[in-house]
Amino acid sequence: MKHLISTRDLSRAEAIGLLDTTADMVEVRGRDVKKLPTLRGKTVANVFFEDSTRTRLSFEAAALALSADVSTLTAQGSSVSKGESLKDTLQTLEAMGADYIVLRHSHSGVAATVATSGWTDAHVINAGDGTHEHPTQALLDAFTMRSRLSGATARGAGLDGANVVIVGDIAHSRVARSNVWLLNTLGASVTLAAPKTLLPKDVTEWGVSTSLTLDEALDGDPDVVMTLRIQKERMSSGYFPSESEYSRFWGMTSDRSARLKDTAIVMHPGPMNRGLEIAGDVADSARSTVTEQVRNGVAARMAVLYTLTGVQS
Amino acid sequence: MARIVLTKPDIDRALTRIGHEIVESQRGRTGLIFLGIPTRGVFLARRLAEIVARIEPQEVAVGTLDVTMYRDDIQQKSTRATAPTDIPASGIDGTTVILVDDVLYSGRTVRAALDAITALGRPDVVRFAVLVDRGHRELPIRADFVGKNLPSALDERVNVSLTEVDGTDEVSIA
Repeated sequence: MKHLISTRDLSRAEAIGLLDTTADMVEVRGRDVKKLPTLRGKTVANVFFEDSTRTRLSFEAAALALSADVSTLTAQGSSVSKGESLKDTLQTLEAMGADYIVLRHSHSGVAATVATSGWTDAHVINAGDGTHEHPTQALLDAFTMRSRLSGATARGAGLDGANVVIVGDIAHSRVARSNVWLLNTLGASVTLAAPKTLLPKDVTEWGVSTSLTLDEALDGDPDVVMTLRIQKERMSSGYFPSESEYSRFWGMTSDRSARLKDTAIVMHPGPMNRGLEIAGDVADSARSTVTEQVRNGVAARMAVLYTLTGVQS
Repeated sequence: MARIVLTKPDIDRALTRIGHEIVESQRGRTGLIFLGIPTRGVFLARRLAEIVARIEPQEVAVGTLDVTMYRDDIQQKSTRATAPTDIPASGIDGTTVILVDDVLYSGRTVRAALDAITALGRPDVVRFAVLVDRGHRELPIRADFVGKNLPSALDERVNVSLTEVDGTDEVSIA
């Protein structure tokens, strides 16, 4: 594995291997000395053409925990704002000796383009490209599910038989896409719940079930409910009538949380709109894995950086 | 053709002797922790801990120490899978750590293990026990307890099988 662009590229064995290494990195994160010498002398370039706080910080923490040097480039305050092309920016990073390029871009497909362009020899990790994919988010989500649902027996296992509901703006969500491909690979069954306007047009080819209300999806007694952020910028675009209507039909309210079985978990990739897609008391409840997801995110990204490192066979 | 160099009774005897040597070298000190290096070192560590506890009843802890992320060939080899590290909750500070592995060859695994231990704490003493020493060291490292010294050629393969993983106890060379 040279690059990580899409969870579609991961075999089941590769995906489970990444989850197992993530578990080992979680143990390292719990030590007094949290640093490993693994990537000493290597440089990870975080290239963020689109705003992000947690993903950028998480990749930085992961790279530093592996003793890599980190340089961060954001569109604001760089030559990108002066109109430098993507190719020139990346070749500059290459010339500065970047071994890994962690790339976020508002356009779908940019990470794949960079990985196959020949502009750089670096490992390319997709940190979110438009509405396409966000593979490390899916890995940390799958790891969080596996830890909560299978506990100590999780090592080497997939998510076979797990019933996962993803609710929210599926159509515009790279988190949903990466999760669906990975969850399919790991043997989970996925139900997408969203208003028709927020379901992707080609959803019949995704290998998932769909529900037009969250209540209907919850009738299936899910193990996991993953709520997605409603992007405020979509609010005025007529995808749904109002915030209160969204919350009524698709929000993870306290009443809906009470319907779930005891072991079920509620996930959110953050940042949350409390009271809109998830009620505040649900986000703070024992079911919620929100802070666990952030914690696991650093470990999952360490696992990805490490796994890409070896000589390609 | 694989040649069998240690049978099950040979392995049992070698481990029992190492157990006695460890007890003797402890000279009454307590706080013994066996840390096995995955995969087969883990099971040898468990066996040695049992043997030592039988020889001289005492608290003996067992753990596993994964050294994958501390290796010096990460950039040169294809990616190795990591394994869990599991250290007793009380930590390793002030203890005697006996590192355990199946084969001692270049010494690079032990070098990585010493780095890994440093990140976990500061034992009073670290010693190294190995079932087979096949020579060809690339670093100034030696074992404190050796089951069998096995002179080997560089192009030979030493294969350790243990019941817990492989269904049988046997060391062969090919």
